Amino acid sequence: MLLRLIEFLRQRLRQVIYVSCGLLALVALIDVFVDKHHAHTKVEHLPAFWSVFGFLACVVIVIASKAFGKAGIMTREDYYDE
Amino acid sequence: MSDLWFHPSLVLLAGGLLLPLVPAAAKKAWLLAIPLLTFASIVLLPQGTHGVVSFLQFTLVFGRVDALSNVFAYIMGLMAVIGSLYGLHVKRDVEHMAAWTYVAGSIGAIYAGDLLTLFLFWELMAFSSVFLIWFRGREESLGAGFRYLLVHVAGGVSLLAGIILHYHATNGDLTFGLFDVEHPTLAAWLIVIGFVLNAAVPPLHAWLPDAYGEATFNGSVFLCAFTTKTAVYALIRGFAGLDILVVLGVIMALYGVVYAVLENDSRRLLAYHIISQVGYMVAGVGLGTTLAINGACAHAFAHILYKGLLFMGCGSVLHMTGKSKFTDLGGLYQKMPWTFLFTLIGGLSISAFPLFSGFVSKSMIVQAGFEDHKLWVGFLLLLASAGTFLHTGLKVPYFIWFGKNHCSKETWERAAEPPWNMMTAMAVTSFLCIFIGCYTPYLYRMLPYPVEFEPYTAYHVSETLQILLFTGLGFFLLIKKLEPEAKISLDLDWPYRMGGRAFLWLARKPVQALDNAVGEIHRAGGLIPLMRSANLVNVFDNRVIDGVVDGFAGSFRTLGSRLRGAQRGPLQQNLALALGAAALLIVALVFLN
Repeated sequence: MLLRLIEFLRQRLRQVIYVSCGLLALVALIDVFVDKHHAHTKVEHLPAFWSVFGFLACVVIVIASKAFGKAGIMTREDYYDE
Repeated sequence: MSDLWFHPSLVLLAGGLLLPLVPAAAKKAWLLAIPLLTFASIVLLPQGTHGVVSFLQFTLVFGRVDALSNVFAYIMGLMAVIGSLYGLHVKRDVEHMAAWTYVAGSIGAIYAGDLLTLFLFWELMAFSSVFLIWFRGREESLGAGFRYLLVHVAGGVSLLAGIILHYHATNGDLTFGLFDVEHPTLAAWLIVIGFVLNAAVPPLHAWLPDAYGEATFNGSVFLCAFTTKTAVYALIRGFAGLDILVVLGVIMALYGVVYAVLENDSRRLLAYHIISQVGYMVAGVGLGTTLAINGACAHAFAHILYKGLLFMGCGSVLHMTGKSKFTDLGGLYQKMPWTFLFTLIGGLSISAFPLFSGFVSKSMIVQAGFEDHKLWVGFLLLLASAGTFLHTGLKVPYFIWFGKNHCSKETWERAAEPPWNMMTAMAVTSFLCIFIGCYTPYLYRMLPYPVEFEPYTAYHVSETLQILLFTGLGFFLLIKKLEPEAKISLDLDWPYRMGGRAFLWLARKPVQALDNAVGEIHRAGGLIPLMRSANLVNVFDNRVIDGVVDGFAGSFRTLGSRLRGAQRGPLQQNLALALGAAALLIVALVFLN
């Protein structure tokens, strides 16, 4: 049952991507209208602040971590073998 | 002291000891009954102080039951039930015994009212849990187990040293309460080191991914719950409000995320995310406000369940296929769709999606950071939570169940849904993750302080969804960069792994050479002159001493033969002469006086 659902979605990958993009736009759009009474800081009043934050966070984490790893932290798997 | 007192750890310890005697037909029932009985005995335990024992000059308190110890003991007991169900089909009794002893240690430490009892159960945890690593049976597990034990023994020594100093400073009061966090003494610092080592705070964290990635498929399910969260409990009890913990907690939260990007082994990735998640709790302890402490407790509670679920998911893949690396897996949704769904629920919970457990707990700590006017804490923890979703919510499910299929023919043929008990354990935990996320009073009522926090505000839901969904967008755009690589990442276990090797090299090469050199010096500078001088002594002995002795002896012999000539023949005459001489001497003496 679950497998069929996954297969169903995979066969319609293009539609799934469109729906996801629509969802992203919707979530960012809602931010403009949401009550910002609970906001912690002033910058959060910028429209779609957390959308930008989330995307940049992801990019920064991936790029910074990869750079860190490439600086000599990542090494061959048998490094500790004698 | 209550008469009804019965320590819940005893149920597990006794149940474990009797396990080998239980007939095979009743084994599974026993394996379920004992943790359930333990859980029931925790739930039914009346609040108050129980089990006060005088031992030598110490007063030991085995049962301090209050709101704080209850919430932790409750989740530990619950996890013992889930973990035992998950490993129900494991045949070797000793594996269950080790796991139960480990849980008993954790529950004992949580209920301990004095530092000595805490230390006792603390060490019980370390020495029983190492077997969960060793039972994997690989050569690597043996090494990882020994490293785990060495690190924990070092932490234990620091803890004990702190306790002894504290004992002297307080004139024998070992009650385990809040330390003076404004002016910590040396004793307090040593105890903190013992605690933060178990909480895996960098730079004392490298034992965790090393050990948890190497333990048995169900051993890691136990390991991921107890050691770090017992340490979080101990930190809350002893050091709530210790400022440095805020900084350390935020570092932890980000550190785990960075290493998770690089990690290729799914269970090591999850282990790095334990460090990251415990970072939130440690930061909460450091903030020390009622909201932050509530948050740390709630997050520990939620974390034990979702992290257990994630380790159960990846443990199922390991158990069924024998593989845990992304570069050996992929495309498994066709074979293990339900395991995928359960793991995804764990991933969504840890990522704090609305309606899942992490959402209602993590946000308390972040909110406490903002309320305490530490904006950097709030923002950096939110940055880390983007990283959490990136890896545990997306990378783990994607590269095991979708992505490029790296499975060998054998792996693919072995892959299937795990046995019923593992599926049930995952299903129950999935339900709990969603239940906690949807029905907040269940968790909030157990917390040590009254909760005035509402996670489901429109703003908070919108904020969280934006961060997470746009992180998802970033993931799919950068997916090429996130492709797993068959590599390992060096961490701070490097100094002692290579340090140990340097020590061995030192022992083999320079020390051996020094030993040889000393031997040579000894031979050339010691032995040879010694032989020469011995020869000289010998010559001296032969010629001079013997000559003198022989000379004396010769002289005495000559003298003797001369004297023999003066001797009278008959014995009577000789005796009479001698007695006469003696009598003459006595008379002379008497008259002279």
